[in-house]
Formats: sequence, C-alpha cells, structure tokens
Amino acid sequence: MSRPIGDVILDVSHISLSFGGVKALTDISFDVRKHEIRSIIGPNGAGKSSLLNCINGIYAPQQGSILFRGQEFTRRSSRQIAAMGIARTFQNLALFKGMSVIDNIMTGRNLKVRSNLFQQAVWLGPASREEVRHRRFVEEIIDFLEIQSYRKTPVGQLPYGLQKRVDLGRALAMEPQMVLLDEPMAGMSIEEKHDMSRFILDVNDEFGTTMVLIEHDMSIVMDISDRVVVLDYGKKIGDGAPAEVRSNQEVIDAYLGSSQ
Amino acid sequence: MAFFIEILIGGLMAGMLYALVGLGFVLIFKASGVFNFAQGAMVLLAALAMARFAEWIPQFLGLQSKVLANVLAFGLAMAMMFVLAWLIERLVLRYLVNQDGATLLLATLGIASFLEGMGQSIFGSSVYKIRIGMPKDPLFLFNSTFEGGIMVNQEDLIAAVIAAVLVTLLALFFQKTTSGRALRAVADDHMAAQSVGIPLNRMWVIVWCVAGVVATVTGMIWGSKLGVQFSLGTIALRALPVVILGGLTSIPGAIVGGLIIGVGEKMSEVYLGPIIGSGIEIWFAYVLALVFLLFRPQGLFGEKIIDRI
Repeated sequence: MSRPIGDVILDVSHISLSFGGVKALTDISFDVRKHEIRSIIGPNGAGKSSLLNCINGIYAPQQGSILFRGQEFTRRSSRQIAAMGIARTFQNLALFKGMSVIDNIMTGRNLKVRSNLFQQAVWLGPASREEVRHRRFVEEIIDFLEIQSYRKTPVGQLPYGLQKRVDLGRALAMEPQMVLLDEPMAGMSIEEKHDMSRFILDVNDEFGTTMVLIEHDMSIVMDISDRVVVLDYGKKIGDGAPAEVRSNQEVIDAYLGSSQ
Repeated sequence: MAFFIEILIGGLMAGMLYALVGLGFVLIFKASGVFNFAQGAMVLLAALAMARFAEWIPQFLGLQSKVLANVLAFGLAMAMMFVLAWLIERLVLRYLVNQDGATLLLATLGIASFLEGMGQSIFGSSVYKIRIGMPKDPLFLFNSTFEGGIMVNQEDLIAAVIAAVLVTLLALFFQKTTSGRALRAVADDHMAAQSVGIPLNRMWVIVWCVAGVVATVTGMIWGSKLGVQFSLGTIALRALPVVILGGLTSIPGAIVGGLIIGVGEKMSEVYLGPIIGSGIEIWFAYVLALVFLLFRPQGLFGEKIIDRI
C-alpha cells in the first residue's frame, strides 16, 4: 500500500485514567498519522472505549496529555473537540431515532452553519441558500454510503447495519480531520462487516480522512489497518503494523490466554 | 344542522386555544425531557406583563396610540420572557444536566411558584384587562345556506387564527431550519448531539425562549378573553388532558388533542347535558384523559415512554 501517510496529527502521551480506585488506563502513549487507518484492539474491558472517550473529551485523563494538530486538549468539552475536527460514531448507536436519515446527517453540518437563529427563523436569503448548500453536501454523503433509497426513512426503522452507516454519514458530514469509530462492526453480519470495511477504506481513500477505530474482532481490523495498538487491562501491550502485532507473544497471550 | 355546525366551530376554536397551551408543554418536553410545570405560571406572567406594560407605556411615554402601546407592551413582555428563559437555563437547568426526570419536574414546580409570586409582586395582584381591540360581536355566516346563518364568535375566530398561524410557524421552524433540527436532535440524544457539535446549553435557552413566545401569545389571547388574574395560571391544568391525549412528544398531537377536547367539551355539554345533567364541560377533558391513561398512555401520536411522570 503506497498511501500518502503524513505527519503525526494525534499524539497521545502517557495518559492514565482511573475511576475511583479502578484503573481504566495506565500510561498509554501512541500517535496517529495523517491519512492513516489506526486501530485500537483488545479483549473486553481492556480500556478501548475509555481511551476513545478521552480522545473525544467525554473523560478527562488524570495524567498525560493529548495533542491534536499541535493543540493540547486534555480538558475540553465534546463540543469543542467536534469544532477542532474530530468526529465520532458510537458503539451503541446514538442516532436521533425519530428523525429521517437526511435530518440525522444534516445535524453533522451544525458546526458549519453560519446563519443565525433570526435569519433561520424568518427563512432569510442567506439561511436558505446555506441550507441548500449543506443539503447538497449531505446528498453526496448519502450517495457515497449507498443509502439513497432510505433518505426520508426515520432512522429507528432501519436495520442495524444501515443505522451504523447513517452514524458514519453523520460523522462525515462534519468534514472532520479525523473520525473515531467505536466498534463500527460490532453485532454485524459478515456481509455488513465487509460493506462497512469497504466504506472505511473508501472514505479514507477519497477524502483522506484519518480513521481511528476500536475493534473487538481482530480479523477484519488486521486487513484494513495501517497500524494497530493493542490494549489489555488498561495497558498497551503492542503497537505496530498488523503483521508485527500478530506475531507479538504478549498479544497472542492476551487473546488466547497465556499458558502459565 | 346549522346548530351542530355552530357547536362544532365553537369547539374547534376553543380547542385551538387549548392546543396553544398544550404546545408550550410539548415544546419543552421534546427538547429537554422536562415536563414544565411552570408553563401556566409563564402564561400568567406574560399576560400580567402585557396588561401592565400596556397601561404604563402610555403614561410613561405620553403615547396616544393604543395600537402602538399594545405592540410595545407585547414586545416588552416577549423580551422579558427571553431574559427569563436565559435565567432559567443559567441558574437552574445548567446544574441539573443528566438528572432524573422527577428532579427536573420538581425544579419547574419551584420555578412556577417563584414566577407566580414574582409576577404578582412586580405587576400587582388585582384583575387586569388586556385590550387589544378584539371585536366582541358575533358574526353570522352562510346566511344563504342555513336559515339565520351560523353564529361565530369573532373574538374566538381571531384567536384561533392567531393560534393556527403560530403553530404553523413553529412547525416550520422545527422541521425546516438548522436550529430546529438541532433542537430535535438534542431531544433525541444529548450525548450524540454534543458530539456533532450542538451546544446543549444554547439549545435549552432557545427552547425556553420558544416556550416563552408561546406563553406570551397564549397569555395575550386568554388574557383578553378572560381577564388577567391569578387563576390564569391554572389554564395550564386544562391543557394537561390535551397533552395526555395527543402525546407529550408530538406537536401535531398537541393540536389534534386540543381540537378533540374543545369539540368534545361543547358537544357533550349540548347533547349529553340534557340526559346526564349539565356541567360536563368542566370534567369532560379529565375523564377523556383518564381513559387515555388507562388504555393508551403514550397518547395518540406520542412515542412510547416507559417512564411515568
């Protein structure tokens, strides 16, 4: 794969997070390079989601720092982080269930909206022109994710695999620098998993979006990732290209149970 | 036939006014999951403000024009409701993010008694009138079709038109604008809304402002119909059956619920009254609501919610 992997855009250094006496993460460091597909894997309870939530600003790690494009953001709200160009999808789907596919994805454009409330309320020129522009962008995403025929369907009525796609679409609508994908393939059938990995690769390829994904299931991750971080019990036990990680003894032990 | 249509129209117009109050509840519940017990107090406060400002402004500025004074009073009352919305978010709701529904409900009860007290100590506690020049004489329509025509109360008709326009505008705002969409998103999922960069606090201020607009319009219409006094705050209680019927989460539900109750009250009074005794108008709505609570607690259009209020 000769893809233009760039400089480091996300630099996580020595972060530790605990909830009361429970250590969720211990001294984790890794980086993500521009245009890369970077995966975080590990068995259940390894701290993957905690790590993602730190990057997303939902948790603030007690120690260490996170730099995104040179900007420190250990203590920022989710909203500020969204404004910095980090989008995310959710493991347990947090879509707006009663709203149509289009409306869901349109919410991703929220930060790009320039017209103010008053202009929107009276549907003045700038507001409606803007709406049309955003709508066009959203239609492109919908085409890209091949969900054209569902655009007016309330998301709650779609099958799970398609909801996951809408979730990805909403994240893409933010035109993010980096997307965090929280178990994008959890609970999917084999075909759905393949579709999803194709979309992840395509997004990465066409828009140059950096992807950070958490996965539980190793097989697909190994195929699509450039580099993989492996966590176990809140510690980093492996980091590198899929081939390296796969042959790492500690990783094998963590997944298969050590022999001692 | 003419009599039936007359009652039907009367009921529909009264229903539109109920719908307006119900709408206030639905808006806030949809966007923040809070059942706002202060809605009635907000209506009272807005009506008091409107009535008193309309008296004070001509004295203060030496204005002659009644229309201008009313417009200014309306604007000021609205502005006051906006400040109030901001204060409520700032001083109360902000500290209650992610709290239980019951906690928020009690907070709004507190807000309600505060507003009632404050409204009356600032604006006085006598009975005031809002004179926006609503025509009081009845209108006779379709003289050619029916003998004697159909009597329509002009005041109610205008009120119903105002309510309908407001409801339409709000529906458009919620469906067609970015902020409306963001509000619906917040209502659906707080965390996801934040992750796409929707500012929760600002959205809450906006929704309370919208509820303030609804309260001001409701206060103006009901106030001019019934006079502005303490009991105006209790019209919120009359709107409870409306939202139970229509569903707490549905804007069209509030409207349909209001219309059903408006028509039902009038019809039952006229047609059932002679059989089982009059006064049905007073309890009809509550009995209907009770039936709904028993058999269809989510209302006609609401989402199924397992929580109880």
